[in-house]
Order: sequence, then structure tokens, then C-alpha cells
Amino acid sequence: MTDRTKRFEAAALPHLDAAYNLARWLLRDDQNARDVVQEAYLRAFRFFDGFNGGDARPWLMRIVRNASYSWLHDSGRHADGVEFDEDKHSQEQVSDSALDRPNPEQALLQKIEAARLDAAIEDLPLAFREVLILREMDEMSYDEIAQVVAIPVGTVMSRLARARALLRAALCQERGETNGR
Amino acid sequence: MVDDAESGALSAAIKRKATRHAAPPGLRQGIHAAVARAAPSEKSSGWPGWRWLQMASTLACAILASVLMTRIVLAPEDLVRVNDEVVAAHVRSLMVAHLEDIASSDQHTVKPWFAGKLDFSPPVNDFADQGFPLIGGRLDYIDKHFAAALVYRRHGHVINAFVWPVRDADKAKALSETRDGFNLVAWSVSGLQFWLVSDVNSEELRAFSQLLRGAKNSAQ
Repeated sequence: MTDRTKRFEAAALPHLDAAYNLARWLLRDDQNARDVVQEAYLRAFRFFDGFNGGDARPWLMRIVRNASYSWLHDSGRHADGVEFDEDKHSQEQVSDSALDRPNPEQALLQKIEAARLDAAIEDLPLAFREVLILREMDEMSYDEIAQVVAIPVGTVMSRLARARALLRAALCQERGETNGR
Repeated sequence: MVDDAESGALSAAIKRKATRHAAPPGLRQGIHAAVARAAPSEKSSGWPGWRWLQMASTLACAILASVLMTRIVLAPEDLVRVNDEVVAAHVRSLMVAHLEDIASSDQHTVKPWFAGKLDFSPPVNDFADQGFPLIGGRLDYIDKHFAAALVYRRHGHVINAFVWPVRDADKAKALSETRDGFNLVAWSVSGLQFWLVSDVNSEELRAFSQLLRGAKNSAQ
């Protein structure tokens, strides 16, 4: 094993679970996520010389994220928000009734089943899903997320707020339906 | 702007309940093999070879410079060496699906497991309540000592806590630093050397080291 290979593996492999998790959430498919992550790692290895040290995670996650987007693009699934329109999405209405219920919401969130939460996250538009995953699961800073997604920090914050609002609305709405209201 | 504090319940629910998809078994090896296959091809003439060579030499200079700087600025040779060993052991534990020899979150299972294998008794405690669940133990070899490796998890990250005996107080070491992107914290107490390594952030690792230092050598 060459020295460069060793350094690459030492820098990149510790983030494999995070990389796979991101690809899996973006692609919503085990096998595709697996293929994309392997391809992304190979790509990262080829461009490892361009990595200027420091924390490898944002650098690697950006490659994994871009590889996931390429895959979605090539497989003709742009409808899922690959061509993202910030303005259009930001103007979508979330029903106020869903947002103005903090207390029932807390109780709901404490009881919510993992499967329902997963399904609701999977239903979020891609651009919101990715910032949410990076923030809540990988606990990345706004700055790191901005690097991964290649958007300004302000946009990270507004997308994150939007992602949470959409998720809340989806969860509350679901509950309303199951209660027969 | 919706602040994080305001979205606490939602964040907590996602962190606690939403699925974290772990890399499937075999993916690590698949990448390892693919990278190994890709590595020699860079030297062959199929690639625009001399460009790579140029990049490689630039990189080599950069590495040499950074290695020299690290050596001068950071620490005496032996700290550097032990750090390297600890990082290598950590990476290896993640790489070859050999994270633990005994997988258990029960300190009363893990601690006796070491009993027949080491000539010292490492403190084993589960810190699940503080967010650092014990996931198992392993034998390792660091700084010419058989060492206990206690494996903890923090938000999906792995923390390896290496413990080995120091017979000579002069050789006890303490540090807190970052190396190859990993955070390291070391200290010694009661004749035992502790060395933590993980990719969790340095504050969290330090907080974890405080937990370990504060814990009694329970489950004796």
C-alpha cells in the first residue's frame, strides 16, 4: 500500500458511516447509496492531492453529496429538487395551524415512531433533506454545511428553518389524519 | 430565524429516532480494494504521468514541511510516536471490522473478559446516560505494552480509549491535541496511562476524559 493510499484511508475511512448515511438519505436506496459512496471515495482518492489538510469530513461529504446528485441527475430523477428553486420553495405555504401548536407538537414528537419520522424526512425535497441530515445527524456547523452544499451560510440557515417547518407540518398533519380529523 | 433552541424537540426526535444508515458490511473493504487498484495505475504511463509526478513532488514537500513542523512544535519524539500508534490502532479498528473482541454494553461482562488476558485491570464503565455508551472491548498493543481498548460511541462516532500500565512515573504522559484530523487526549492516574482517540470534536472528547477520570474503578 502506498503512503498516499494510507494517508487517504486514514483521512477518509473514519467518515464512511456519515458518508453512507448522507448518500442513503439522498438516494433513498441501499444499493445505489453503496455504489455512489464507493465511486465517491474513488473520486476523492484521485483528488486527494487537492485536499489541503484540516478536517476531511466536509471535503469528503461534499464529494459524496455531489456524486449523489450526479447519480440522481443521470438516472433522470431531477424532479426531486435537483433543479432547486429557492424562491419557489420558500413561498410554499405551510398551514399555520400546524405551526401554532407547540405543546401538542412536543408531545407528538416525544411519541413519534421512528418509521414515521423516517418517512417524513424522506418526503422532504432534496435540498431541505440534505441540510437537515447534515445538521441533525452529523452535527455539522452552518459553515461546514455551507461548504458541503456550496451555498452561503445564510441560505443554510433559511433552508434549515424551512426544512424543520415542513417536517413539523408533515408530522402534525399526519397525526391529524390518523386521529380522523 | 428559527433558532436551534426553539427546534429542540424536533432535533431531539431526529437525533434519537431517525435512522442512521451505517455503511453496509463489505463497503469498507470494497473501497479499500478499489483504492488499492487505482493507486498503481497513477504511476503507469496510461495517465498523464508527469503531471502526477509533479503534484506528488509538491505534495511530498508539503508533507515533509508539515512533518518537520509538527515534530518541532508539538512534542518530544515519543509522544509523537505513541500518538501515531494510537491513531493507527484506531483507524485499524475501524477498517478491518475488528472494533471489539467482546461486544457488550455491560461493564460487568467487559471487565471480567480482560481479567484473563491482561496483567492489570482497566476501569470499565458504561456512560450511556451521559451520551457515551460502552460498546465493547478489545486487546491492543501500544508503546510496547499490551493495552485494553475500550470502545465507546458518541453520536455514531467511535471513541477508542486505550489503557495500559506505566511502571515508571517518569514515563507517564499527558496531552490534548489533534493529529491527522483525530483528536487525542492522554493522562495517567494510579499507574495507568489513558489515551483517547476519536473523530468527535475536541470539546466532547475532553468532556469524555473528565467522565473517565471521575469514574470509580467499578465492577471490580
